[in-house]
Amino acid sequence: MLSYKVKSRIVFLLLLILLGSTMIFLILKSLKENVVYFFSPTEIYQKTNISLNKKIRIGGLVKIDSITQDQKSIKFIITDLKNEIIVSYNGIIPNLFSEGKGVIAEGQLKDKKYFIAERILAKHDENYMPPEVGEALEKSNY
Amino acid sequence: MLKNIFPNKILSLNNKIINFLVILMIVFIFTGLAYALFISPPDHVQGESVRIMYVHVPSSFIALGCFAFIGIGSILNLIFRIKFMLFIAKSLAPIGCIFSLISIVTGSLWGKPTWGTWWVWDARLTSMAVLLFFYIAYILTWKLVNSFEKANKITSIIGIVGLFNLPIIRYSVDWWNTLHQPSSITLTSAPTIHHKMLIPLIIMFFGMIIYSLVIFLMKYKTEVMKFKLNKKKIKNN
Repeated sequence: MLSYKVKSRIVFLLLLILLGSTMIFLILKSLKENVVYFFSPTEIYQKTNISLNKKIRIGGLVKIDSITQDQKSIKFIITDLKNEIIVSYNGIIPNLFSEGKGVIAEGQLKDKKYFIAERILAKHDENYMPPEVGEALEKSNY
Repeated sequence: MLKNIFPNKILSLNNKIINFLVILMIVFIFTGLAYALFISPPDHVQGESVRIMYVHVPSSFIALGCFAFIGIGSILNLIFRIKFMLFIAKSLAPIGCIFSLISIVTGSLWGKPTWGTWWVWDARLTSMAVLLFFYIAYILTWKLVNSFEKANKITSIIGIVGLFNLPIIRYSVDWWNTLHQPSSITLTSAPTIHHKMLIPLIIMFFGMIIYSLVIFLMKYKTEVMKFKLNKKKIKNN
């Protein structure tokens, strides 16, 4: 049988675990907006208390055939396949930025459909493959 | 009974076993590196920078794994007073610390050409940084707190509290939107890494795990010896 001492230590451990998990739960709950690194277009649409001139990040896929580029700026559409937001940006784009791939834009919303980006980050997905496999896959998709 | 077996056994660990493990490690690391750096293909999207992954992923795994052991060891040590668990935890800490640092540095080096930034405060990267701080706190407590009993208690609590961070790291990419991509290798579904890249990754995995094992065995033996010597000294005085 467990001695009284061990029992009291188990109670201490259980209390520690309970305290720890409620603490972390509360922290994560209150941080919810901040833990999320970016919002999807759908989340932006559903948000009611949106502040327009605050720095936020939106993310999704670059819509295929949506990139238009002139000398100074680039415009494209971020989509999550349900909703879309037009993004305009002038600056350096990362190498991995391309149509159909994940992207995160940091900047300000002008309205729910238009976003001025100050920074563009490319998102890589969890798929790793050699070039020839990737090309074959792309061909079969078209 | 269990209390006495393991620490005494480790003292009879001789150099033959260590040497064997070292040779095994060298074989694994060299074939793994040759495969990862030269034979395996570049990635379709990332190009050559995919090769960082072969070090990054095993490092992260070991960093998390070591802390899992530290946490469980801390529980057994603090609650059930299985003393040798503290030596196991203490020996694992520097290994996990270095590997979490390697994971963060290699991830950062990969992030610059891929994402376009060295560092962002997304959930995965932040929770990984928190893990590194837990390791540093754990190691520093052993170094700075003079009283053995006190250090033992504080580090055990650090180990147990840090345990909560592990599922957060693991599932951060599923629970929240992060810049970091979700896991490619999971228990429940087929890996999303092409087999030509999966093979060197697995070889590197084993190589680095054997490396950690060697360092751990050596460190663990030293810790047990140190403790026994101290006890003798106190007795003789």
